[in-house]
Amino acid sequence: MSDTPRKRSLETGRRYPGSTLFGLLCGTATVLCVTALVGLLATVVAEGAPWLSTTLLTSFSSRKPELAGILGSLMGSLWLISITTLICVPIGVGAAIYLEEYAANSWWKRLVQLNIANLAGVPSIVYGILGLGLFVRTLGLGRSVLAGALTLALVVLPIVILAAQEALRAVPPSIRQASYALGATRWQTVWRQVLPAALPGVMTGVILAIARALGEAAPLVAVGAATYVAFVPYSVHDEFSALPLQIFDWASRPQEEFHGLASAAILVLLVVLVMLNAGAVYVRLKYGRRIKW
Amino acid sequence: MVTHGAERSISLADTPPRRVATTDPRQTRMTETTAASRTETAGPLRSIRPPAFDSARPARSADELAGAAAKIAVSDLNFFYGANQALHDIKLAIPERCVTAFIGPSGCGKSTFLRCLNRMNDMIDDARVEGEILLDGESLRGPRVDVVELRKRVGMVFQKSNPFPKSIFENIAYGPRVAGERNKARLYEIAERCLQHAALWDEVKDRLEDSALALSGGQQQRLCIARALATDPEVLLMDEPASALDPASTARIEDLIFELKDKYTIVIVTHNMQQAARVSDQTAFFFQGVLVEAGATNEIFTNPAKKQTEDYITGRFG
Repeated sequence: MSDTPRKRSLETGRRYPGSTLFGLLCGTATVLCVTALVGLLATVVAEGAPWLSTTLLTSFSSRKPELAGILGSLMGSLWLISITTLICVPIGVGAAIYLEEYAANSWWKRLVQLNIANLAGVPSIVYGILGLGLFVRTLGLGRSVLAGALTLALVVLPIVILAAQEALRAVPPSIRQASYALGATRWQTVWRQVLPAALPGVMTGVILAIARALGEAAPLVAVGAATYVAFVPYSVHDEFSALPLQIFDWASRPQEEFHGLASAAILVLLVVLVMLNAGAVYVRLKYGRRIKW
Repeated sequence: MVTHGAERSISLADTPPRRVATTDPRQTRMTETTAASRTETAGPLRSIRPPAFDSARPARSADELAGAAAKIAVSDLNFFYGANQALHDIKLAIPERCVTAFIGPSGCGKSTFLRCLNRMNDMIDDARVEGEILLDGESLRGPRVDVVELRKRVGMVFQKSNPFPKSIFENIAYGPRVAGERNKARLYEIAERCLQHAALWDEVKDRLEDSALALSGGQQQRLCIARALATDPEVLLMDEPASALDPASTARIEDLIFELKDKYTIVIVTHNMQQAARVSDQTAFFFQGVLVEAGATNEIFTNPAKKQTEDYITGRFG
């Protein structure tokens, strides 16, 4: 090696400013993002924490801040997401299975696919107007839990379908081939192999869609949901309120106390959302771990 | 037993005028040992590497081959992917309880042809098949054919092992289950028999409930073979079953194929000519969608009738 004419040291002392700068920029973006989120959360906690009490959870809304609670709207929201789930899961997953497993790759399928992707981007207030016209008026459901849940189901259906399709597509074709080669029918292949393998992904999509439904206020305003109810809905035909509506109502009142109440309600909403997301993570960990392709 | 018709059906398809090795009566009677010794003496073919015939595993002699009934008979088979023709006028008989190997360079259509035999190509959009495929004399392409029933009788093992993400037992039980078997004890019986048949039982008998994905690559492929056996097929199609495996696992799979041929008709696609020479009784050479030559493996490897075949098996191309 001594005959090498020119020796280049590894210690060049060179710097790469472009690379460093890019790293810094990306880091800044992250910090900004987290700061905004933490700031928002801190404000809400600071304002809302004093108002968190059993009264908040066990009473209905009231004109007197110290007596006001979210029982009606919390229960309304739980009713809504339960029924929305019941409606959108079978329809959404069914549509996804049809599109992924049954439909031939025709122009018709591509058209449907394109429209579902577009529907996922339609503002939710538009669905609210549709719900008002179709469910509340034409079908005569009135301003009921059912009308609200159907409207929310419309909002989240494209999301459920797209997520379920994604999950189904992630199941390797070799699994389907193995099943067909063993003399399984299409139904057996989908039901016994593809769907179980896609379940974690489907569930994650469903739970995220439900979380979206839980946070929606605009379509519920459009279908005429109440901001003040003094009862818990007992059937799908009852009138209802929902947490986002309650929060909107309180936040728009002039009294400081109601702003605190709104923050407290936001905290409750966030807790429910975090629980749903934790559910999604749990499902993925529990069922996803067994499947590694 | 030796009928003229059976002999002809094994012969190649693309150019009828030229007689191939198997239809020559002198060569038909040639045994394995004479075939092996021929390689050393044959003048014009001296450049051929002698394939590694294993004397412990006698291949079916050309006589036996010719005498075997055709389990699957294919005639005038054309296959199209859209406007692209992938197979041209394939004519081939696959003898019962023998191993037939399809060899040829990548993209020559051998896998496509294999998949025609249990209609796995049905699932490909704009694939089109013409011609006749008979399983025990019955067309498997008719409009009233039950594909589900066909696939129970013609099982398949894929190139990449594809166990279901379930337990070892559930993998084996799946075939019988979809066929309607619910009795757990009987399913266990089937699992034990098939795993033993696939030479996997001793390795997994204590962990049937473990995930199949925890097995090694070679074990997974043997599990896939066991799974294919569980539906009690008559024909076993194997699409390069050992191409992703290490030599030791490959050897086990080859042993297995050899044992299975007493009970099943086996068709194997392989890139590995040594493997074709080791395990098969009949070899069919495909090139660019055409079945160039088919005949007793010993013949194809020692005395190919076609220049293309000779060039391929001697490694001049492919």
